[in-house]
Amino acid sequence: MLKTSLNLKVDRRDAKLVMAHFYVAFIALLVGGLAGLLQVLVRSGKFELPAGIGYYQILTVHGVVLGLVLTTFFIMGFQLAAVSKTAGTFTNKQRTIGWIGFWIMTIGTVAAAVMILLNEASVLYTFYAPLQAHFVFYLGLTLVVVGSWAVGTTIILKYAEWRRANPGQPSPLLTFMALVNTMMWIVATIGVAATVLIQLLPWSLGLVETVNVGVSRTLFWYFGHPLVYFWLLPAYMAWYVMIPKIIGGKIFSDSLARMSFILFLLFSIPVGFHHQLLEPGIDPAWKFLQVVLTFLVVIPSLMTAFSLFATFESYGRSQGATGLFGWLKKLPWKDARFTVPFIGMLAFIPAGAGGIVNASHQMNQVVHNTVWVTGHFHLTVATAVVLTFFGVSFWLVPHLTGRKLTKKINKLALIQGYLWAIGMTFMSGAMHAAGLLGAPRRSSFSEYGGAAQAAEWIPYQIAQAVGGSILFIAIILMLYIFVNLAFFAPKGEEEFPVGEAANQEEKAPMVFENWKLWLGITVLLILFAYTIPFIDLIKNAPPGAQGYKLW
Amino acid sequence: MHMHKFEKIWLIFGVTALLVFLSVLGVSAFYLGNQPPSCLAVVDPTKVDEHETFKEPGLKKVEGKDWDYELVFVAQAFAYTPGTVEVPLGAKVKVIATSKDVIHGFGVAGTNINMMVEPGYISEIVTTFDKVGEYLVLCNEYCGSGHHLMTSMIKVVE
Amino acid sequence: MAKAELKSETKTEIEDSSSLKGTLVSVFFVGFFIVVLWVGVYFLYLDRF
Ligand code: HEM
Ligand SMILES: [Cu+2]
Ligand SMILES: [Cu+2]
Repeated sequence: MLKTSLNLKVDRRDAKLVMAHFYVAFIALLVGGLAGLLQVLVRSGKFELPAGIGYYQILTVHGVVLGLVLTTFFIMGFQLAAVSKTAGTFTNKQRTIGWIGFWIMTIGTVAAAVMILLNEASVLYTFYAPLQAHFVFYLGLTLVVVGSWAVGTTIILKYAEWRRANPGQPSPLLTFMALVNTMMWIVATIGVAATVLIQLLPWSLGLVETVNVGVSRTLFWYFGHPLVYFWLLPAYMAWYVMIPKIIGGKIFSDSLARMSFILFLLFSIPVGFHHQLLEPGIDPAWKFLQVVLTFLVVIPSLMTAFSLFATFESYGRSQGATGLFGWLKKLPWKDARFTVPFIGMLAFIPAGAGGIVNASHQMNQVVHNTVWVTGHFHLTVATAVVLTFFGVSFWLVPHLTGRKLTKKINKLALIQGYLWAIGMTFMSGAMHAAGLLGAPRRSSFSEYGGAAQAAEWIPYQIAQAVGGSILFIAIILMLYIFVNLAFFAPKGEEEFPVGEAANQEEKAPMVFENWKLWLGITVLLILFAYTIPFIDLIKNAPPGAQGYKLW
Repeated sequence: MHMHKFEKIWLIFGVTALLVFLSVLGVSAFYLGNQPPSCLAVVDPTKVDEHETFKEPGLKKVEGKDWDYELVFVAQAFAYTPGTVEVPLGAKVKVIATSKDVIHGFGVAGTNINMMVEPGYISEIVTTFDKVGEYLVLCNEYCGSGHHLMTSMIKVVE
Repeated sequence: MAKAELKSETKTEIEDSSSLKGTLVSVFFVGFFIVVLWVGVYFLYLDRF
């Protein structure tokens, strides 16, 4: 009965819209990967950027293009594909809104990129005021957000249409998950839209003299933490729903998957203070409250870990595996569609553990703004998430372009995944270690006036350069694979894997589709965690800060 | 909605661990006073030099407070004042900092002294310098092209 | 000898094919890692001034 609207293939017209997003995402991977390589080389102390290019200009490119562009475009494309597949082909109107969104995002990206290349916006991807970029940079970022709302609208409209057509039925799991992530994104981006439109744009245009730094940072981080969950949830979609099908197993539990996504919606947003633990102007009791809420958002990830292991073990045992770990041997290690995301899952173990450390209130003093943090999110987003996205691309791109993943490309894809694992072990491992010794993030090579402590960090920076170079090779391989799958692979049919729940009789409780309830609680939690400290920031604000262009 | 017995065991373990972490942090923060730096005082960023505290950066002995010294830093692209300072071993010190321009970091390598320094705000942390050594102070929040050159040095001497 | 073989055969048969023992052990390994890392950094915090 759930299969009524399940498309065998994503419609050609929807496929084109998805692929448009992927082209931008993979161009971003090329540009950002190149920047990443330059960064590790510069930081090793053995290489200098030519032609007066600044380190921080490159770093801005890297952060914007990988942290904001690659992720947003890939996720939007992926979610469109998932919804088109499971809730049915988009209507022409829905698809048009999607295309409008795509073009607004793309124009915004180009505008921001031009400003960065002109060295008018070397403010890094977090653009903390009072460093002041050219207004076109802020405008470009606004367009990216507005465009993503339009693409999100396509998903929401399709969901609503499906519900009308199937009264009393729980929506298809993938559509449900895409919808949760879209709603979380919309609620979260209101914060960054507010600081950019109300504070930074007028200020960079010279309409107002100064900016309230505390308010701007708080609005940014109200968005900044859900941003990382916006990256993670699509990976979870693939882990919960697609990976089981790829290995030939079943989804451990449809209802528990929905529950964990609802928990992410509720607890991903009212936690931004865990990025502001060491800053003035916020009462520590409010910081601690948000630390508690942050710890709550760990729970759905604990559930996810259990579900995934359970899926793997159930499958292995169904194939006759015995003993405690016999099921591991039954998993399809030669299939890159499984193995590459699996490496991502493994990376999420140290990534998640590190995240709990980061969020631990006063313990944040040990790691804040050290290169440990950079090591941390290269495990979360730059391994767990992107390797899953790569793993998805191996089947989704040929599915959309009517081609096949050949044996040879599958093999290259495996090598790509192993290289990533090796490179990242070196780079992220060295970053974590150097960070504990106090080495800062977001910093070009420096001997810090010959300080003895800083000398200890240099071997770690060399290790990062080794790891980063291996990662760059993996990126080139991935781009080759993408181009092959998009344009050159042999024509054929590639499956879009959608898993079925182990227990088909158990219908997901309809309460999960009660958006008035969940969005209501989301808003209440946000108001609870933010209202008083936010009013304090405004009431006790110091004189505003003037803009500076210090690069 | 059905949940496997093992999953319940796992979640009970996980939630308990998180509660233990939070309790340790909470007791340390609220009863022992180890809160992350969260000073609520403000200053006009254009008048830092005239401000009572920031007029004379550096180490000052103070009386009648919970700490013996105040160590005042002014951050400005791309330097700290003072550029080097000596602190007697075992001194209980309140480190106080602010910025004259953009956001800076104030990290002291190998210690827990780590805070954001933002224009308009005063940042503070109290600690006891109980190990001899030369501790590098550096800016760990991006502030512009000279960000990685922005340092100071705290020498803890006997 | 033959008897013993038979015995081990039936034993594997009995092992519940839907058991999630391995899952339980795996997640506890994850939990262990989280606790060790956290405690490690906490002690670093305590050790530093
Ligand atoms: C070739 C692969 C990569 C290399 C060598 C690399 C290297 C680096 C390095 C060295 C930094 C820190 C620079 C500093 O703090 O001074 C950095 C920052 C960053 N990287 Fe990567 N990275 C790679 C891939 C990725 C990927 C795939 C993503 C995201 C999907 C990513 C996202 C980021 C972000 C968001 C930052 C933070 C920028 C900032 O602090 O402003 N990186 N990367
Ligand atoms: Cu966060
Ligand atoms: Cu700086």
